[in-house]
Amino acid sequence: MSERARLLLTLADDELILGWRDSEWTGIAPTLEEDVAFSSIAQNEIGHARALYELAAGDLETDADSLAFDRPPGEYRCAPLVELRLVDDWAHTIARRYLYEEADRVRIEALKQSDDPQLAGLAAKIDREEVYHRMHAELWASRLRDEPRFAAAVEELWPYALGILEPAQRAELARRIGRPAEPAHAHKRGAHTPELEPLWAEMTEVRRSAPGAQW
Amino acid sequence: MTVFEVFRQERKGQPFAHAGSVEAPDASFAETWAREQYGRRGESAALWLVPRETIHAVTDWADEFDLKYRRVDGYSIKARLKEARERAGTAAPDVG
Repeated sequence: MSERARLLLTLADDELILGWRDSEWTGIAPTLEEDVAFSSIAQNEIGHARALYELAAGDLETDADSLAFDRPPGEYRCAPLVELRLVDDWAHTIARRYLYEEADRVRIEALKQSDDPQLAGLAAKIDREEVYHRMHAELWASRLRDEPRFAAAVEELWPYALGILEPAQRAELARRIGRPAEPAHAHKRGAHTPELEPLWAEMTEVRRSAPGAQW
Repeated sequence: MTVFEVFRQERKGQPFAHAGSVEAPDASFAETWAREQYGRRGESAALWLVPRETIHAVTDWADEFDLKYRRVDGYSIKARLKEARERAGTAAPDVG
């Protein structure tokens, strides 16, 4: 697999799995308005995943649905941060959104500078939507900053957040979050949490029920 | 929590029309939520968020003496128009 396809799958898997996890809040978010906003953000992330899978699918001579749903869980390249099942803990959920958006911003900024015009173009397109996600995440983070449960959640998820990024990008994330850069204990991409497999089973259940069907 | 009434302008230069409302703890949350509900799909050029409690509503109308001639809807000419059309032998214009 080319370096580019590997990178696209990494990004796509992060967005798909996080979008899936966040959509678990649909119908049970703390307020009705937040429910609508959070579900919309979750759906955007899945939309970004689709665009990334489509680009990868061209390189790998397959299609986006096959990449999203037909791989065994061990082949997904998502980071442990996005796999965690955090429903019904809102403090952890917002801490993850906030940390993920900040980490995602670091790598999207880098991708926008890419020499590959397709990658740079898609990164810029995704970034235009991420502006709203950051506004939402930062608003909640600033609101909950002095809330002990939120501070504890950020503390706990920080090593996972570092694992979203390549080692060279982690200092930039630490600077943005205002934490010392200690990348040594990052929960890195590669190993999966036990929570991925049940998610995968549910996510692919309908598609696996009718292999090869045209939907 | 405060209820913010949301007014939406579809295109620049057009009047704002009431679109709905959001319930939020303050204006920044109202903005974030209203953006998601009324602006994320290119359906709005601008939004106004107005706390409901700041709206001065007028709902009662005194018309003690039934002064129909002062009302903008004026006299009903529907029946007279129908008679005139019958006399002239023309049908009502199709406004469908």
